[in-house]
Amino acid sequence: MTGTPIPEGTILRPDPATSPAYEAARLTGDATAEDLESIRKRTSVYVYEAPVRLWHWINAACILVLIVSGYFIGAPLPSMQIGEPVEQFVMGYIRFAHFAAGMILTAAFAGRIYWGLMGNHHARQLFYVPVWKARWWKEMFFELRWYAFLEREPKKYIGHNPLAQLAMFFFMTLGLSFMIVTGWALYAEGAGQGSLPDTAFGWVLGLVQNSQRLHTLHHLGMWAIVIFTMIHIYAAIREDIMSRQSMVSTMISGHRTFKDDRPD
Amino acid sequence: MSQIETFYDVMRRQGITRRSFMKYCSLTAAALGLGPSFVPKIAHAMETKPRTPVIWVHGLECTCCSESFIRAAHPLAKDVVLSMISLDYDDTLMAAAGHAAEAALMDTIEKYKGNYILAVEGNPPLNEDGMFCITGGKPFVEKLRMAAKDAKAIISWGACASYGCVQAAAPNPTQATPVHKVITDKPIIKVPGCPPIAEVMTGVITYMLTFDRLPELDRQGRPAMFYSQRIHDKCYRRPHFDAGQFVEAWDDENARKGYCLYKMGCKGPTTYNACSTIRWNEGVSFPIQSGHGCIGCSEDGFWDQGSFYNRLTNVKQFGIEANADQIGTAAAGVVGGAIAVHAAVSALKKAQKKSQDKVEG
Repeated sequence: MTGTPIPEGTILRPDPATSPAYEAARLTGDATAEDLESIRKRTSVYVYEAPVRLWHWINAACILVLIVSGYFIGAPLPSMQIGEPVEQFVMGYIRFAHFAAGMILTAAFAGRIYWGLMGNHHARQLFYVPVWKARWWKEMFFELRWYAFLEREPKKYIGHNPLAQLAMFFFMTLGLSFMIVTGWALYAEGAGQGSLPDTAFGWVLGLVQNSQRLHTLHHLGMWAIVIFTMIHIYAAIREDIMSRQSMVSTMISGHRTFKDDRPD
Repeated sequence: MSQIETFYDVMRRQGITRRSFMKYCSLTAAALGLGPSFVPKIAHAMETKPRTPVIWVHGLECTCCSESFIRAAHPLAKDVVLSMISLDYDDTLMAAAGHAAEAALMDTIEKYKGNYILAVEGNPPLNEDGMFCITGGKPFVEKLRMAAKDAKAIISWGACASYGCVQAAAPNPTQATPVHKVITDKPIIKVPGCPPIAEVMTGVITYMLTFDRLPELDRQGRPAMFYSQRIHDKCYRRPHFDAGQFVEAWDDENARKGYCLYKMGCKGPTTYNACSTIRWNEGVSFPIQSGHGCIGCSEDGFWDQGSFYNRLTNVKQFGIEANADQIGTAAAGVVGGAIAVHAAVSALKKAQKKSQDKVEG
């Protein structure tokens, strides 16, 4: 777009005869002039690298399993009479699912931290909140106004918007860490004193003193994650529809697609 | 201290045969979870070591620890109290009273400076300068500090001394305070429980006298040999828990079949004690075996965790009591409702904008 300035408001209609770029779209036979214009405007940025996306979905699957199995550990299913206790392992399997998912989640989170160091700078956004930047605060309040219907149009963000970054930091970085630490401390109780989980996380019980209190904290943490999940899914779908950029598909392809080419 | 008899001397004097003495040593080794190779060590220690003096003081408490202690079967409390340890002062068990009793306390402290064990049953209330518990005409906290000053080690008997128990339950008007928060410069062994199991109490004393050191303690300062596992981990009803077979209501069919009491609020999964292995009253039974859930009496703040019959702790805030699930469901419901409203407004706004754009365009 260098050279002669283009007057504002000009719509550049590609000439199908000279623009081979749009050949594929033309060939399908259903491309209207508006469609071609839309293709020209839409740009994309590669934001989430494969390890980040992989982590996101493994994490989501683990959280789903953990919430369901965890709830049934706290409030078990009605008693079942399949056979003698020796042939029946209902609670055992539920607990196995919970522990297995918790261990996968821990390993995945460790991998995510590693990728935070190794990956592109978008991969680091999860782990901090730039509270020292005035601009960040300004944008966060803008985003709040957008959600409160006080702004007519949202802005374009490549990574997380400031409000999302705040939520991610508190619920994922801090929230997940809290659940991992308390979860392993509870697992260490069963693993026994002197076991590896006990050596690594046994101090948490020493800090909280009462195991029931620790259970309660872990339980409240689950509800925080449930609430985060609800808001997260709602906001992702809403922004996918209402904002000027792609949301849901970005976590599948890694590409953030923008719906317009306005610079603001 | 050569003038003090050894344990073995006292036992023989009381007519205990060498054969019985060796049996006792084996039994003690087994109770402490030690191998057969420790039997001669215990025997040797008891033959050669002078008895260790013990001062046993009582603060805010109900004497259930003493009641439990004197009912110990293995080893017999009689052996521990009369033969093994020289219990020089115990307000409840000693014959002396009044000034004679207090004189005995001062004598023992003076005579065995730095060598006696201080056993504390109950805890000191600190509010109003400790006026809520007066023993021997003085606030108990003063007596505790005075006796602890020259002690070799301190045993905190029971939930009161270890954690505060019922007198420290919220709002704790007397400011009852566990021993380790008042005495901070001495090794303290916590033997929690309301009361602790008799065999656990005698086992701890036997270990200290035999090996002349504190037993291995866990992170909370409890003897690891008795408090390293949860009741749930060794419960004979555990297979029903793993199978998902629970008592659903008191006296239902499942209760009669002896299913797991988890849903009835059994605190076994969160309580560290030896009840499910050592049991009570010479191994006759323990609460779960009698059909009632564990109430978690050996855990810190067990009075403040809500009902004995609930699985979830009550979370108190702003005067409203609710458990984690009630709070979570309410919060999720509010957020869910807010999302629905927000989504509806978003849709309306979007439609409005579209029609505006159409008008403008």
